[in-house]
Amino acid sequence: MFRLLEIIRRDLRLALRQGSDSVMVVTFFVLTVVLFPFGIGPEANILERTSAGVLWVTALLASMLSLDRLFQADYEDGSLELLALTPTALELMVLGKVTAHWLTTGLPLMVAAPVLAVLLHMNADGFVTLLLTMLLGTPTLSLIGAMGAALVLGARRGGVLLSLLVLPLYVPVLIFGVGAIDAAVQGLPSQSHLLILGGQLLAALALTPWAAAAALRQALE
Amino acid sequence: MSEFAPDARFSGHNLACLRGERMVFARMDFELTSGEALLLLGPNGSGKSSLLRLLAGLLKPAAGQLAWNGEMVAEDREAHSGRVHYVGHHDAVKPVLTVMENLRFWARLHDPKAGDAVAEAALESLDMLRLAEVPAKLLSAGQKRRLNLSRLLAAPAPLWLLDEPTVALDRASVKRLEAIIAKHRAGGGMVVLSTHADVDLPGAREMHLDHFTPPAPVAADMGGW
Repeated sequence: MFRLLEIIRRDLRLALRQGSDSVMVVTFFVLTVVLFPFGIGPEANILERTSAGVLWVTALLASMLSLDRLFQADYEDGSLELLALTPTALELMVLGKVTAHWLTTGLPLMVAAPVLAVLLHMNADGFVTLLLTMLLGTPTLSLIGAMGAALVLGARRGGVLLSLLVLPLYVPVLIFGVGAIDAAVQGLPSQSHLLILGGQLLAALALTPWAAAAALRQALE
Repeated sequence: MSEFAPDARFSGHNLACLRGERMVFARMDFELTSGEALLLLGPNGSGKSSLLRLLAGLLKPAAGQLAWNGEMVAEDREAHSGRVHYVGHHDAVKPVLTVMENLRFWARLHDPKAGDAVAEAALESLDMLRLAEVPAKLLSAGQKRRLNLSRLLAAPAPLWLLDEPTVALDRASVKRLEAIIAKHRAGGGMVVLSTHADVDLPGAREMHLDHFTPPAPVAADMGGW
């Protein structure tokens, strides 16, 4: 547990000093969402109807931007070998790195989302649900993404390969994330969608650290 | 001073290593007891690095077993990781962190109780303490290597696996490293070291890895496994 915190702290410190990743992710998110009113016109009712989908699709793409660096930097400078040789489970190391990744990308996305929702004329009834879906959905994205990032480690053009691997797996999060917001906007209960999102998070939490750790061991051989 | 158990025994039996389709070495036996050092010699590609990675647990042997005090290493990897310090070709130094932050992270990860005083002493013994607050991106290759080597002292572990630790080190630093290794062995530690340069390890056993390279036809046979 102590080691987990130590990893999170190091990765946060690295992110803070290097700075670029979080800023890049949020900037991409904001800029891309802002493009939509230009593309599909400023009519409030169209923007309102598409707002949940636009926000979630863009969040998916944004959270993928920094994924290929998740293990790559540690792999290149030899840190990953030493992490694998730490006297604790590699799965725990993965969990630590994913937590740090979520704190530096998922959390900023969550904070930016309501602001952009206003821009897209999203019905105010959907705001709380939007935040809840982001809270449940973005950690799942980081977890699934970590599995993909571990698999493409050492591959040429890993970034492109990573998006091909990971995007299909993101679809369930997208469906239920958008579904929950749409339900809330129309005054229907969104609880069932949120429960499924929570279930997806728990399943990813239980499975992906093992899958990612196995892929990392393979990459280190 | 005896830091580690004086009667520990680390041994390998009938080890073989397969890289891609090629059998790098086969039928290798070795034994190492507290205070001993094993010097790995051999030309490029004879498997020195592979053997060290295999001893660390990063590589699985294609055949054979490793044992620590008679217990199979493969059965409890985490316990083995706790006994090992591995220094590979890469220095695992993060350029944006300071020297002390780099070292402290690895020390705490290895041993959560590792204190700052020990880390400072570790830096001091490699003449790095004056650089403790300097960002690691300003270090030279030799200084990065010394920072990596200071991990050995910042958290104790009985078995040191050093893959060409003298690369990029100046003469004075090699002398310091020799002294550190001698002290480690006097305290009951073990060292396995590969090198192409001259490193003074009094009483070290030598192992020539090219003796374990299987003859070409055998390698072709085993490639089909």
